[in-house]
Amino acid sequence: METGSLEVKIGLAEMLKGGVIMDVTTAEQAKIAEDAGAVAVMALERIPADIRQDGGVARMSSPDMIRAIQAAVEVPVMAKCRIGHFVEAQILASLEVDFIDESEVLTPADEENHIYKHDFKVPFVCGARDLGEALRRIGEGAALIRTKGEAGSGNIVEAVRHMRALRSAIRRLTVLEPSQLMAEAKRMGAPFALVEQVAKIGKLPVPNFSAGGIATPADAALMMQLGAETVFVGSGIFKSEDPAARARAVVEATTYYSDPDKLVQASAGLKSAMVGLDISEIPPEERLQERGW
Amino acid sequence: MVAEVGVLALQGDFARHQEVLGALGCQVQPIRYPDQLANLSALVIPGGESATISKQLDSSGLREAVVEFARERPVMGTCAGLILMCRDPGDKRVQSLGLLDVTVTRNSWGRQVHSFSTALELHINGRADAFPAVFIRAPRVQEVGPGVEVLARIDGEPVLVRQGRHVGVTFHPELTGDHRIHELFLGAIT
Repeated sequence: METGSLEVKIGLAEMLKGGVIMDVTTAEQAKIAEDAGAVAVMALERIPADIRQDGGVARMSSPDMIRAIQAAVEVPVMAKCRIGHFVEAQILASLEVDFIDESEVLTPADEENHIYKHDFKVPFVCGARDLGEALRRIGEGAALIRTKGEAGSGNIVEAVRHMRALRSAIRRLTVLEPSQLMAEAKRMGAPFALVEQVAKIGKLPVPNFSAGGIATPADAALMMQLGAETVFVGSGIFKSEDPAARARAVVEATTYYSDPDKLVQASAGLKSAMVGLDISEIPPEERLQERGW
Repeated sequence: MVAEVGVLALQGDFARHQEVLGALGCQVQPIRYPDQLANLSALVIPGGESATISKQLDSSGLREAVVEFARERPVMGTCAGLILMCRDPGDKRVQSLGLLDVTVTRNSWGRQVHSFSTALELHINGRADAFPAVFIRAPRVQEVGPGVEVLARIDGEPVLVRQGRHVGVTFHPELTGDHRIHELFLGAIT
């Protein structure tokens, strides 16, 4: 029996497809998410909208809080560590979280290096804004990529930008000649073997989810139609006025993402969504998506 | 005649089953609505989160339709799919369909860090062949009813069962590129 292989890590990401992964900060919220049909929960101390508002250094959640959430639900429990903070990752691995998110939502611990994720038996998910960043993370051992939006903004525009950028870059690779791939790998700063692989298969070698700025059922369906295989919803649910109903609606919208009649049903009767931020209102140095290299 | 086979596409790795069935020459349909079942010869319930799929079975109206379908046509469930097909999943967050006379416990090997791959022995047609198997937060089969055949075990525990035309698998034959379990299942189409 072999544990911790890339096949086994990617296997869990495969099982999460077509679902919604919800940010939760308490065991009660985790239960609400599970009851609504979440495929997994992301345990964190503060949701991105609050991290953005409060400022200060954002770190890994406390083990007590993660344990309480693990005890409350049966679905996979994910947790975030800071970029490059491999000791936080070791702690999360020892807690047996099901997925570690090396996340730009927290304050980075290393401004040059990400974690060498092949060292861990627990799978990692990492954010990416373009294909080069995605392939660097996969090269380090990520089993799942989430194209970044702007977390905690309630604004879908950045998630769309990055999903389109990734998909366009993949399509472009598939029409290049083999002799052009090395120059492309150099331009993107991506491992050559992975560039070759993507050019051949026309998709990432790991699943591709979307995160950041999803606030409504329509936002979730938009990202699915653009090519996301699952969506992460952070602040969008528990910053809205009716988290349980909105969570349920986003789950429905993710299953029926290409059926406008079902999307009408999912969108009807909801109270107000979270208040969104225009990206121009967020100064560049406060944009979480810029973190990660 | 090309068999038309459906894969329940409410949540999970349904696309991987679609690829396998397509490679085996089936005409494959992702299923999200009850009226899509009418012309199918067989149905696969994929891996995923069983509690999520259970909720989506209710909201889609597919629950009764799948039970009705299974009275005459074959159904195969892998991992979460097996949990949904069993008699008792031992967790009130999952309402199972009762298509297989087995009981299971969800996520019974532990959290993801305990998920594993292995080669197991497949017992079909009087032969024992190696089969690559990936177990992801897998369920364990507890009780097996009298009409249920066990076609593969790990340490004595059933991991592949068949009852009449229905097949239940605790692992993921859709992920490892070996199509023999899908072929076995398709053999039940009449």
